[in-house]
Amino acid sequence: MSSEFHIVVCGSIVPDPLQTLAPVDGPTGPTLQNEMMLPAVLDPWAGHALYEAANLAQANPGSQVWLVSLGPKAKLQQVMMAVSQKAPFQLVVADGSSSGFTDSFETAKTLADTIEGIADLDKSKMLLFGGWQSASRGSGAVMQMVGEMLGVTEQFQGVDKITVGDDGSIAVMERVEGGAYQKSVVDGAPAAFGWATGELPEPPNNPQIGMQNMQKNMPALMQAKPADLSGTSLTFEGVEVPQQRRETRVEKDASVDDMAKEIVEWLKG
Amino acid sequence: MYKLRTLPGDDVRQIMWRFSERFDFQMAVQSARSIARSVVAKLVAEGARNTHEWTEQKDGLLTAFDQSGLTALFMDPHQGGFIEGPKNFALSLVALELSWVDAGAATSSLASNLALAPIHEKGTPEQRDKYMSACVPPQPGEDRKIWRGAFALTEPLPYIGVDTGVLCGKATVADWKDGEEPMLQIDKRGRFITNMDFATFVTAAVESNDDRIKGTFMIILEEGDEGVFDRGAPTLKMVHQLSSTRDPILNLKVPADRIIGGYDVVDGVIIPKYNHSEIIGAVFHRTRIPVGLMSSAKLLSAVEPVIRYHRNRFRGGDAAKEGSPRYEKGIQSNEDALQRLIDVWASGEAGCSLAFGAARLADDFDAVEKAKEEHFEAEGITSPRKQMAVLRKLNDQVVELIDLEYTPEAERNMARYNELKDDTLVQYAYMEALAGILNPGVKLWNTGVGANMMREAVSLVGGYGITEDCPGFLMQKWTDIQLEATYEGPEAVQRRHMTMTMTSEVFQATMSAWGRQMERAGKEVPGLGGYVLASAMELWQWTLNYLKSAKDDDGRKLFHNKRQGVTFPLADALGWLLGPYYLSTDVIELIEKGPMSPTLAEGIDDLTGFYKDIAHVQSARAAGEVSRICTELVYGFNECKGECSRDDLKEFQALKAKVDMCMAGSRNAKDRAGNALTEVMIPEALDYPMG
Ligand SMILES: Cc1cc2nc3c(=O)[nH]c(=O)nc-3n(C[C@H](O)[C@H](O)[C@H](O)COP(=O)(O)OP(=O)(O)OC[C@H]3O[C@@H](n4cnc5c(N)ncnc54)[C@H](O)[C@@H]3O)c2cc1C
Repeated sequence: MSSEFHIVVCGSIVPDPLQTLAPVDGPTGPTLQNEMMLPAVLDPWAGHALYEAANLAQANPGSQVWLVSLGPKAKLQQVMMAVSQKAPFQLVVADGSSSGFTDSFETAKTLADTIEGIADLDKSKMLLFGGWQSASRGSGAVMQMVGEMLGVTEQFQGVDKITVGDDGSIAVMERVEGGAYQKSVVDGAPAAFGWATGELPEPPNNPQIGMQNMQKNMPALMQAKPADLSGTSLTFEGVEVPQQRRETRVEKDASVDDMAKEIVEWLKG
Repeated sequence: MYKLRTLPGDDVRQIMWRFSERFDFQMAVQSARSIARSVVAKLVAEGARNTHEWTEQKDGLLTAFDQSGLTALFMDPHQGGFIEGPKNFALSLVALELSWVDAGAATSSLASNLALAPIHEKGTPEQRDKYMSACVPPQPGEDRKIWRGAFALTEPLPYIGVDTGVLCGKATVADWKDGEEPMLQIDKRGRFITNMDFATFVTAAVESNDDRIKGTFMIILEEGDEGVFDRGAPTLKMVHQLSSTRDPILNLKVPADRIIGGYDVVDGVIIPKYNHSEIIGAVFHRTRIPVGLMSSAKLLSAVEPVIRYHRNRFRGGDAAKEGSPRYEKGIQSNEDALQRLIDVWASGEAGCSLAFGAARLADDFDAVEKAKEEHFEAEGITSPRKQMAVLRKLNDQVVELIDLEYTPEAERNMARYNELKDDTLVQYAYMEALAGILNPGVKLWNTGVGANMMREAVSLVGGYGITEDCPGFLMQKWTDIQLEATYEGPEAVQRRHMTMTMTSEVFQATMSAWGRQMERAGKEVPGLGGYVLASAMELWQWTLNYLKSAKDDDGRKLFHNKRQGVTFPLADALGWLLGPYYLSTDVIELIEKGPMSPTLAEGIDDLTGFYKDIAHVQSARAAGEVSRICTELVYGFNECKGECSRDDLKEFQALKAKVDMCMAGSRNAKDRAGNALTEVMIPEALDYPMG
């Protein structure tokens, strides 16, 4: 038996991780230096969720995928030129900051409101997908709150795999400590999944899918409403990039064992 | 003083190269980029270039192209592609993205299109549908092998090379039964034929060796045809090793309906509809533009790795203390290193602006060219000579259109402008002359001068620059660029093409209009370098006109197609003018549209400040080159009389002095631009692997 799912993936953009990310004070709190000008990519965690969603939708005919994004729409549009080639989805946009310095509660509220506004969404069939973390901020809190706000209380975090059973139930593998998995079974939709890396590679670009996506997704970008994130009481005392210490030594012929030994000794101090 | 905040991203390019509204093009960019920076870069880093053979590893490229839509890019949607309308611009973008990492990969992606181009341009509808569809990768559920093509024009010595007139490829009638399709025996040997390791069909240029066939033509040969389909020896090339090149030996029996464009039978003789020159003319008209971009892409791609190398040069170990200028700035504390990189960057920008300008024109020209053909067909004017005569009569209107085209909109007589623009033949004549300069101009300047500039880029990385593992593969790029200057017609061919059009009244009117436009830009966009470019354009035009009537001391005419020593340098000089002109117009576009872009608005003055300086630097460099070449030509064919004065050349001297004075500010521009490189934010690491 196949199940029909309405899969809502929450995901936005982050600065390309290769860029120099330097926090600076802006007029409304901390921002990243030149953030608007830096190239952006789809948040990798959300990306895993999206590819898993597309795969699940394909395996369960009648299913649909929405990508719900809170982000600056001009930047989102650029990123969509790549992402929309990967899998078919309907984009839903709330135009606002996707910076790592926004309040996760406000972010969750905006996402939940936006999802509530999706006309064709049947919440009884809803699987709420997202990243269990974000590359711009690792609060790990947004998806849980979105779920709560939408009344989805079956929640799983650090998900690497879900398997839909013949009866429509979903077996879930969540990451727990020490590289182990916790296995659970949920009866079916609605449920929320914060994805870890999942199991799928990034699909190759397919411009044909991209063109189909953009035909319906451009209006979504054009009509995106400005998101209201003003309710926050969050303030920052200070922000800085974690200091990295780098001590480089060039060794040509060190064996793997020697390297491991040295790392262990270094860790022990 | 401005500060360049980041390296220009897609949003800047989309405005400058005018494809902000074309999502299909933007997607093609993303597809190509993701392949370039993963599959392609990995191949280069792993040393896949170190063999002449087409290996399984290299073959992975084709699969990647197939999967990501690049193979089908050339096709129309009904044939399995995804872009409606002309594809010159899209193919150019793909060439740029792939060559950013490795141009051999770009060649591989474009070569099948080159094979298809004769069919696309001049083939019968049946030929077009058959071969275009066969070259689309199979869709899920389809069980067929994808076809790939090779384009075989060049022949073993002493036959076809630069000179495409003397063919050794021969065609005879093998069999011709009454009422049946004649069977032809085609004997073609190719040299340096791209894609030959895996091509399933070949579009070959041959000449009749039989009274029953007339002249030359191009014909489609297939792997399964009866006879010899020997792929031949691999070319021992030292460049573009991610493309396949061999010297095939083909001797095959094929039906006459494979003649590209079809044929008629008149008095028992097969008369091909198009001779091989007509077909290659139509093909190369377009395919040379992406080649030029391959070269300019390399120059732009060198900027980031060179900055990183310079900045980090003394970091690590105890060579410099953290916080010291030596540690923080590295080689960037030296003005020369910064400014030479600006030269490389400005050349890359100019080449790209020019090539994308040419690609836009090629796309627009497609429809106009077809409309012109339909018009003449309807009027029954079919011979090229008669068509030329009709077009020549329209010269006044064409010149009027050109004047209006380059008049600012507010001052333009719109009614008249639209009237002329809607006139197919007038529009055609303007565009044709422009394409006649731009297409060879891109190929000549971007690749030839680009090769010299690439050497400059390599030298900025010192010894590392000439190693296999230099970040950005600069050494490989330096050598690769020499092929781009060679295939699809070496520089001599492009110079010859340019000399054929550059004297035309229509192109001269265009050049005059450009001069006025740049003069205006000099006034309205201070710092762009409009004046110096305008003065160089005027000098070039004056020189051309002078040389047309001037004679050397022996009384021999100077401007003559037998005197390449006069005509070719003038074409070189024209080549120098094209890039900065198109770059300047692109910078003006950025100044106009940039502030409306939400992602650029914040830093737009910084960005346009930098770009104005880059354009200025390039215009000044071009003006210097033009001035040198013109001076040599104007003075160089008369012996020195020891008087150090030439009163008959006062006008030239005045124009030249003007060019000199218009250099004002150009070195300040270079100072500023160079300085900006010390602050610009670059990524922490290159986004593709190194050797
Ligand atoms: C890797 C590679 C791939 C190629 N792929 C293809 C392919 O797929 N299909 C194909 O058909 N061909 C292909 N070619 C062939 C390429 O187009 C020719 O090499 C090129 O056109 C030049 O011909 P040639 O090498 O015979 O040079 P020549 O004709 O020998 O010319 C050599 C030089 O002599 C000078 N010269 C020659 N004639 C003139 C003149 N009239 N005026 C002034 N100077 C002149 C120029 O400096 C010129 O560069 C490829 C070549 C290479 C190296």
